[in-house]
Amino acid sequence: MPDSFPPLPRFEQQVADLRDYLLKFARLQLRNEAWAEDAVSDTLLAALSKPQSFGNRSQLKTWLVGILKHKVVDALRLRSREVCQGDETLDSTEDPLDYLGFKADGHFIEPPAEWGNPEQQASSRQFFEVLEVCASQLPAVQGRLFLMREWLELSSEEICKELQLTPTNLYVQLHRARLRLRECLELNWYGRAP
Amino acid sequence: MMPLNRTCKQAAALMVAREDLALPLADRLALRLHLLICKACPRFERQMLGMRNGLKQWRNYQAPD
Repeated sequence: MPDSFPPLPRFEQQVADLRDYLLKFARLQLRNEAWAEDAVSDTLLAALSKPQSFGNRSQLKTWLVGILKHKVVDALRLRSREVCQGDETLDSTEDPLDYLGFKADGHFIEPPAEWGNPEQQASSRQFFEVLEVCASQLPAVQGRLFLMREWLELSSEEICKELQLTPTNLYVQLHRARLRLRECLELNWYGRAP
Repeated sequence: MMPLNRTCKQAAALMVAREDLALPLADRLALRLHLLICKACPRFERQMLGMRNGLKQWRNYQAPD
């Protein structure tokens, strides 16, 4: 066995230790406990069944997350109908731009806040925690579609194809999701007392 | 309405939309023009760019063990 291969028992343990880490992302993306558990189990099984395809142990997380993303896409495709059903009725009448506060003539009531240097702000681990909480609080359909863009990094065209959504439907949901996330970040991160 | 006039509300909608789709040329031009003459909207633009940047860093972040 070449030196680059991790000893198997240790490798298995390392993979198993990352279960919770993977589950966090699976839950965030799938918004369904059973689907998330299944996707993570499939990921761990796939990883353990082909340890030889994993070379660099310092990148174990990256490798596992890569496998998880494939399993999650499979799950979303398989359940495409359910993935897009659930929360449309929650806010179908409100205009999400109204969160920003506009006068009747289309001007801002108050100018948007200055958020400061995003480079500095976003380098903090705490910021990622707030971001994850905010994303998890999106309505389920919005959250899934939003994370397909931002975590799975699928194009809008790919999402429409995988889920058989119309572009208009997708854009409406993403639009709402982005404005909600903006609102949540402003309240819980940028708007905090310095 | 002049074809390149946009209100702040319309400009904000375009700045959200362009995260997910390619804007038509007329909208891109109108948005650029609006951002040049508006004081409030460049702040919103910085918020959206900050979110874009924060999300990118989040998905590339490798949590230490």
